[in-house]
Amino acid sequence: MDKNSKIENPAEPLIFERSSAGRVGVEPPCLDVPDIDDASFPQGLLRSDIEGFPEIGEPETVRHFTRLSQLNFGVDTGFYPLGSCTMKYNPKINETTAALAGFAGLHPYQDESLSQGALELISELEEYLVEITGMDAVTLQPAAGAQGELCGMLMIAEYFKEKGETRKKVLIPDTAHGTNPATCHLAGFDVVRVQTGQGGVITPACVEGLMDEDVAALMLTNPNTLGLFEENIKEIADIIHAKGGIVYCDGANLNAVMGLMKLGDMGIDVVQLNLHKTFSTPHGGGGPGSGPLAVKGILEPYLPVPRVVKKGDKYSLDYNKGKSIGRLKAFYGHFSIMVRAYTYIRRMGPVGLRSVSELAILNANYIKERLREDFHLPYDRTCMHECVLSDKFQNEYDVTTLDMAKRLIDYGYHPPTIYFPLIVHGAMMIEPTETEDLLTIDSFIDAMRSIAREARETPALVKGAPYSTKTSRVDETRAARTPILRWIEQ
Amino acid sequence: MSILGQPYLPHTSEEIEHICKTIGVKSVEELLQVFPEELRLTGALDLPGGLSEQEVLGLLTELASKNTSQNDISSFLGAGAYNHYIPAAVGNITSRSEFITSYTPYQPEISQGTLQGIFEYQSLICQLTAMDVANASLYDGASAMAEAALMARRVTRRGKVLVSSAVHPEYRETTATYLKGTDESPVEVGYCANSGVTLFEEVEKNFDDDTACLVVQYPNFFGGIEDIQALAELVHSKKGLLVVVVSEGLSMGALRPAGELGADIVVGEAQSFGSPLSYGGPYLGFMGVRQKHLRQMPGRVAGQTLDTNGRRSYCLTMATREQHIRRERATSNICTNQGVVALTCAIYLTLLGKGGLMRLARLNMAKAAFLKEQLAKVAGIKIAFTAPNFNEFVIKLETDPKVFLKALLEKDIAGGLDLGRFYPELKKHILVVATEMNSRAEMEAYAAAAAELLKT
Repeated sequence: MDKNSKIENPAEPLIFERSSAGRVGVEPPCLDVPDIDDASFPQGLLRSDIEGFPEIGEPETVRHFTRLSQLNFGVDTGFYPLGSCTMKYNPKINETTAALAGFAGLHPYQDESLSQGALELISELEEYLVEITGMDAVTLQPAAGAQGELCGMLMIAEYFKEKGETRKKVLIPDTAHGTNPATCHLAGFDVVRVQTGQGGVITPACVEGLMDEDVAALMLTNPNTLGLFEENIKEIADIIHAKGGIVYCDGANLNAVMGLMKLGDMGIDVVQLNLHKTFSTPHGGGGPGSGPLAVKGILEPYLPVPRVVKKGDKYSLDYNKGKSIGRLKAFYGHFSIMVRAYTYIRRMGPVGLRSVSELAILNANYIKERLREDFHLPYDRTCMHECVLSDKFQNEYDVTTLDMAKRLIDYGYHPPTIYFPLIVHGAMMIEPTETEDLLTIDSFIDAMRSIAREARETPALVKGAPYSTKTSRVDETRAARTPILRWIEQ
Repeated sequence: MSILGQPYLPHTSEEIEHICKTIGVKSVEELLQVFPEELRLTGALDLPGGLSEQEVLGLLTELASKNTSQNDISSFLGAGAYNHYIPAAVGNITSRSEFITSYTPYQPEISQGTLQGIFEYQSLICQLTAMDVANASLYDGASAMAEAALMARRVTRRGKVLVSSAVHPEYRETTATYLKGTDESPVEVGYCANSGVTLFEEVEKNFDDDTACLVVQYPNFFGGIEDIQALAELVHSKKGLLVVVVSEGLSMGALRPAGELGADIVVGEAQSFGSPLSYGGPYLGFMGVRQKHLRQMPGRVAGQTLDTNGRRSYCLTMATREQHIRRERATSNICTNQGVVALTCAIYLTLLGKGGLMRLARLNMAKAAFLKEQLAKVAGIKIAFTAPNFNEFVIKLETDPKVFLKALLEKDIAGGLDLGRFYPELKKHILVVATEMNSRAEMEAYAAAAAELLKT
């Protein structure tokens, strides 16, 4: 083929580069009232231009963003085993119910008599989450998991303040998500690291050694980010409680235990959930999520306001602050995400939810079992809903986790979470979720094994990946060294 | 086996058997022995039984029907959540599952759609606010303000945060909550009872050597347009920062941008750009900062770079500020933000374009001016404040607004927000908005109904 006949596929232009001065987009309706008189406003109050703002029109705008969507990989594109993110299938009915005019069209300040269905939904969803977690009360206000964490830690701070105690420390295992220490710092606590034991879980002895009257809480994730169940949780909780501390659980991995165990039974006092993980609401390319917080009775008075209350058959919002920490955002939380999660729970029922966790665990153990020959297993035990591998075997051939992650893209999969948890060198954290069938999982395993073979035989091939994407490997160092964070007219 | 036949769970009994055999267990139950026995649930969760998709839609439709959408009545409610028209193309594009079902773009080679969308969103926010840099989004206007206050403390290494009481009350409460982890509580400065804007003298008096920033809203909670330039000069003379909060994003299409007037951090709520009211969320917090403060900015940010073939591409960058790298020393704990809402905003703004957005903003001003004039003519209603407005303003009654608003509601008019719930001194005041969703006839009907109700 003549070299010139191959046309280089150009990068998608930025919307600003598609602009022509004076081109009209979606027009507002005609003015049915007198226009404003510029002269009636103080000099310099009104804007005369928005420099560089796009002028494109509808057809090309739609094309541009449609093409952008085609550069993305989502759960609907293919298998997305991103560990600790629970990328399960997002049922379409959730989108339909969230978009119902009787939900999408509600103003947060409209009279409560016009919002009874919304308040009922919030109230019932709170009850469901109370039942699933085995806690006493729930707030749906936090916007995401990290905000749920902040909510919980501020409540713990308030609880000790009320008791006249000044506890400054929070114990956090070294496998924790970065949000945990960041949250504690934001809430005014100092972080004390708890070292993970040989078996991949924290030990009562270690916690005992660190626990004193200056420790406000232990903040752990269960199952932890190695995909292992913290089997000593009850004993550890007893150690914390004996010295007056609180046990906080990051509920990011709830997908492993729904209907099988209740966090409340484990001695956990407070847990934040992620509706966008466990309860099938879509991740949206990084939000919006929703991070409800469930607590035991001792912490209930500190929950954010307003709270939904039911009197007779009428629902209302109670703004009475009492001992509450206040509020974390305007209004009541990510309501449309709540509608989706509510839809999911009603669809699944108790049997369905239990099956979710069972199958999530089965799928993860199956992957672990079938990859054990080709990949190093830093903690070779029965895992929960995710398993962690490392690149130890492949390092021999100078192939890293990053290289293999990029190569997986060529095989049509989203890579797992990589280089996390931090305590495993070259970690690959694989969370298949329950919505993947055996054929998908087997094909993924085949791809992983094929990459392991490539790493041995043709390492350069793996190191150059990906080849199949419109964009080849991206220079992230360059982006950080010379930040270009916006379009500027050349 | 309980798994079979459950929604979204695809395994057959043969497949489950195969999996169990491969793992080396007889059944799922055997695998679950890993859990301590005393913790294992023996009975089922006490939840309503599962429903078919058709049944669940019926149930949710019934719940939804117990509510009344703003579009089924004449609504003049704003106060941080605005009913604007959403062009059909917005929902059409944002519902594409390549956008919805992806996660944070950790793998840039297969996330260029999200990443370029964020980059464009950041650029649009910079243009609207006239600031140098914007982040990839924050939860909402209220938490964005709280993050801005914390950022100002880091930048100035000062502790005190001064907040105008003409800032949205729920934004102020949120900031107070976020400051609980420090030794400070926000200190409030009052507004002028006549003009309805922040009292300059109070700022001057309270802004001391330990004050990090002043936070004002533009337009403020009462719809009044603050003199940002004068406040910026004052605050800068004391070596502090001016944080400007915009709760009605659309105002940026008509008013001089805060960045041009001397603001150091501009944050706000961009729900107006394509997001439905949805009973208060999810909305979209935005943040624009100066280049020199970039390292203290919280939240994700997308940057431009090249791939190995030298093609322009994008990735998340400057992660050394963030929790997953910096852990307890991060600028914020934020992780998941408002991804698809930021994309919605970018699509909305691109669809309207410069002309469309500026005309729509101006139209909102004209509608509000008309309604204000109509209501001002009603005996028993006074316009509360003298400052110029964008699309919101405050009216004052001689009687209790609760009775008035209730009576209006019987005529299917949501007449505005009773300010008494937030301001004890404004017990007879109502905050009213008019947008492109309110026709002239609707506004005339509001005035007529008000006149009828207030007739003595």
